[in-house]
Amino acid sequence: MDNLFDDTETTFETKQLTVSLGPQHPATHGVLRLDLDLNGETVVKCTPYVGYLHRGIEKLGENKTYFAALPLSDRLDYISSMNNNVGYVNAVEKLFGIEAPERAKFIRTMVAEMGRLSSHIVWLGTHVLDIGATTPFLLAMTAREKILDLFEILCGARLTVSYPRIGGVRNDISQQFLDELYAFVLDFPSRMDDYETLVTENRIWKERTVDVGIISAEEAINWGLTGGTLRGSGVDYDVRKYAPYDAYDKVDFKVPVGVKGDCYDRYLVRVGEMREANKIIQQCIENLPAGPVMAEAPKFTLPPKDLVMKDMEHLIHQFILITKGPTVAEGEVYVGTEVPKGELGFYFISDGTGKPYRMRVRAPSFVHASVMPRLCEGGLLADVIANIGTIDIVLGECDR
Amino acid sequence: MGLITSPTALSLVEAEEGTKILAPNIVITSFDKVINWARVSSLWPMTFGLACCAIEMMAVYASHNDLDRMGIIPRGSPRQSDFMFVAGTVTKKMSEVVRRVYDQMPEPRYVISVGSCANSGGIFNTYSTVQGCDTFLPVDVYIPGCPPRPEAFIEGIIKLQEKMMREQFHWSRWR
Repeated sequence: MDNLFDDTETTFETKQLTVSLGPQHPATHGVLRLDLDLNGETVVKCTPYVGYLHRGIEKLGENKTYFAALPLSDRLDYISSMNNNVGYVNAVEKLFGIEAPERAKFIRTMVAEMGRLSSHIVWLGTHVLDIGATTPFLLAMTAREKILDLFEILCGARLTVSYPRIGGVRNDISQQFLDELYAFVLDFPSRMDDYETLVTENRIWKERTVDVGIISAEEAINWGLTGGTLRGSGVDYDVRKYAPYDAYDKVDFKVPVGVKGDCYDRYLVRVGEMREANKIIQQCIENLPAGPVMAEAPKFTLPPKDLVMKDMEHLIHQFILITKGPTVAEGEVYVGTEVPKGELGFYFISDGTGKPYRMRVRAPSFVHASVMPRLCEGGLLADVIANIGTIDIVLGECDR
Repeated sequence: MGLITSPTALSLVEAEEGTKILAPNIVITSFDKVINWARVSSLWPMTFGLACCAIEMMAVYASHNDLDRMGIIPRGSPRQSDFMFVAGTVTKKMSEVVRRVYDQMPEPRYVISVGSCANSGGIFNTYSTVQGCDTFLPVDVYIPGCPPRPEAFIEGIIKLQEKMMREQFHWSRWR
């Protein structure tokens, strides 16, 4: 009995343990599944499995006309539907060769930045919630409710908006919407101060995020990262700056970049983006030009609804466009837009009919999910949760 | 139910000469009602989001709509939960997992199907999507919408509570 503990060192065996994290897990932001090989608390191998939310959106897009496929883009990244719509209509407009009027461009920029705010608020809330702080989540969601209320005034929907349309936007904005949005914009920086007071210098938060999931600028580019995940590593790449669409070349904004490329830098970048988005909204309201909100291109845009109800010509026109789709020249087009998650690209191949021959979506979440092994391997199990939060993925977009 | 064996077991006090009434602090009700009242007042859902509807579900839990005031606190484990929101599109790959989570929940258990996708497949009539989660789960309440508004969520929960209040005892059947 006296030599019971003598040979502990030699007989102590460690075994690698495989843990399946997800697809049902509160911190995986949907239905991501990670197979983790653990040695103690250290992650030896991390394998992401996707496809639990594969809904066949790309295939559905091939079987719908360009008008009818717009609501599908709402359901790609369902946290920021507005930005997806903007990306979709920009790609289709380039394919059609039409351009939205100036007012519609400003409105789109404005609502897209509202979408960015609402998405980043969800990211902030859930990322902080996963790491253990409940209060910022509850605080942030009140601001998000305000944005969703504004969307409701705008078009009647809270989440799946389908407000930007091919050739413009669905309807002109009301004065009530502008007033309430302006009040919100003036109030928002103080809300941001509240969140930052709770999180930015919080010791637990810094312990959990500083030097966690470091990825260098070169590696981030090689992995194909975009958006805040790339800019956290110090790469100054923003589609809004390098290939401006809508009214982004007419507003003044900065692109925050990080230094080290850890979770904390990515947090700072996204928080900075929220403040910049707020400034863009303010500039859009102040510089909003007058004019129509729908392009004058009868072959490619739907006629106004009141005329359809009264006039035979417009009724026939509407009927043809809805059933057959517009007649589009053959060709292919790719347009990338900056959504809150990164660069969302729509790639269309047209074979001359009213439906795309191929609709391909370049989803940032899919690329970001692939970088999970690089971020997690060698780290601790608890850091996996921080890494999932920091790459900001949405599985609806990842699996499509 | 066997708790109160005979009326004489109740404590009676003599109000006046020859008249006995029930002592104070006694309420006569049925056992079903008391148990059901307790159950509906602390319904614990499974935290389980699938797609777009899960984001609205988050909004319902959060500060603006606040389900905590109805005694509803999301649980991370199916073993501790009373009902499950099937919030979002159920794909064929995911359906096995959803069924497994349901099987892990202790009885009595309930399912609320949220949104067009979970109700009927919605706009995703494709090769990979299950056309309605009622094809493999017993659904108690359907909430329509794409996605439903938070108020619709609350209405769905109230409907589930009404259904539970009507239930008669058959505990022995439940495992």
